[in-house]
Amino acid sequence: MSAGPRLREQTGPAASAGRIWGMVLRYWYVIRSSWPRTAELIYWPLVQMLTWGFLQTYLAQVTSLAGHAAGLFIGGVLLWDILVRGQLGFAVAFLEEFWSRNLGHLMMSPLRPAELVAALILVSLIKLAVAMVPVALMAYLFFSFNLLSLGVAFAALFANLTIMSWSMGLVSAGVVLRWGLGAESFAWLVAFVLLPLCCVYYPVTTLPSWLQPVALALPPTYVFEGLRAIVLDGTFDVQLMAKAFVLNLAYFAMGAAAFAFFLHRARVHGSLVQMGE
Amino acid sequence: MHEPMFQEDGHAALPVQVQALRKVYSDVVAVDDIDFGLRKGSITALLGGNGAGKTTTISMLMGLVIPTSGTARVFGANMARERHKVLHRMNFESPYVDAPMRLTVRQNLEVFGRLYGVRNLRRRVVEIATELRLADLLDRRYGKLSAGQKTRVSLAKALVNDPELLLLDEPTASLDPDTADWVRTKLEQYCRTRAATVVLASHNMAEVERLADRVIMLEKGRIIADETPQELIKRFGRTTLEEAFLAIARRGANDAELQP
Repeated sequence: MSAGPRLREQTGPAASAGRIWGMVLRYWYVIRSSWPRTAELIYWPLVQMLTWGFLQTYLAQVTSLAGHAAGLFIGGVLLWDILVRGQLGFAVAFLEEFWSRNLGHLMMSPLRPAELVAALILVSLIKLAVAMVPVALMAYLFFSFNLLSLGVAFAALFANLTIMSWSMGLVSAGVVLRWGLGAESFAWLVAFVLLPLCCVYYPVTTLPSWLQPVALALPPTYVFEGLRAIVLDGTFDVQLMAKAFVLNLAYFAMGAAAFAFFLHRARVHGSLVQMGE
Repeated sequence: MHEPMFQEDGHAALPVQVQALRKVYSDVVAVDDIDFGLRKGSITALLGGNGAGKTTTISMLMGLVIPTSGTARVFGANMARERHKVLHRMNFESPYVDAPMRLTVRQNLEVFGRLYGVRNLRRRVVEIATELRLADLLDRRYGKLSAGQKTRVSLAKALVNDPELLLLDEPTASLDPDTADWVRTKLEQYCRTRAATVVLASHNMAEVERLADRVIMLEKGRIIADETPQELIKRFGRTTLEEAFLAIARRGANDAELQP
């Protein structure tokens, strides 16, 4: 698409990359500008890790199972935080546009919705790195749990959890887009409904039989089963990761469709103009 | 890829062309079957009381709201379906839409410059900041600025891509008279040198009288007047646009036809 002498070419991968980079910079400037926000990113994962780490230390002293399964709780909580922080990193970055009343500027700019989503995904990865790297280091220092010792398995676990976190982020961003800040709590809480269902700290067989199919329809369930297989049996189950990945593709497609649908409905209802509660 | 030079019916594309445009929210008719076209380089004011349909019309021109029926075309592109073909050629300014508070003026302008694909961005940011008396504020956070300074940043953002179509919603609201006059002068200069088409929504009749060469007056979503400010003033036998506007707004509720 031709542009005036002032502007670069507007279509093609380079133009898209430029717009995505612009949005990543926008969120990076916010992260950089406020140390309380950076501290908040680390705060909850750190508190969780310490709580579960000390609990596991205590249980290891009183039961043989916990001693045998060193890393089960602390690994679970670190991976759970990847899921939650990934979703929140995505959704909160999107909420920034509502809080700063900036959404109108963005929606009026040449930024495409898919480019906005790509920027939110990159920002969620940056926030995950800011939050999880120090916490993972502390897990090693306090409890001798090395997340990276999982090797290739960690990459598979991480990838499956982050893809699921973006799917949830897409749905929560879409809901806020359509219903405004009145639906903000949905974005904060949506991940927590998965906590009991995706069996972070216990096997799927612990759930009542009628609830197990629900758990098995969720990609994170396979991730946490996979973690237990590594910690308890020392085996990396590729099949579990493959199942999670296939489910993730379906969830991401549904998340993207939901975001596109809510964006369209917001344009029909005029809620992009109102942007309030 | 090139922008369409002609519409589907073969006519040369006006910068803005609105045909049988209608928007209904539930049971409220916000815009009711309006038609108008704007020629290149014109400054058109959309006037009307609260709820007349000005914001909805501008929102449909930006593609932020999808019409119930009819079309809003900008540079030939149907804004409901193909807005991304032309969004880089337009921009808007409104005191009711903010920029990120925690970012500095420079960061804000750089981010928007990247979204619009502005060449030589750093140089352009300094250039536009100097033009709008923002050079000393470039490294100050947007959230720390006064209302007048924020308006100038908003205007800098609106001009950063050198738009051919500028949509302005109350561009001088909450400004002191001196700053408001300065902003109007800047807008006049930009429109004259760039031959930009401008759509202006304002409640400030003096501003409209000074800037606009055409007035489209809306009431309950319908166009009730479409002429130059001077024609409107003359038709109502008044001396200012404000008096003409008040005469229209206060006419009898049963007076469906717009008569002086």
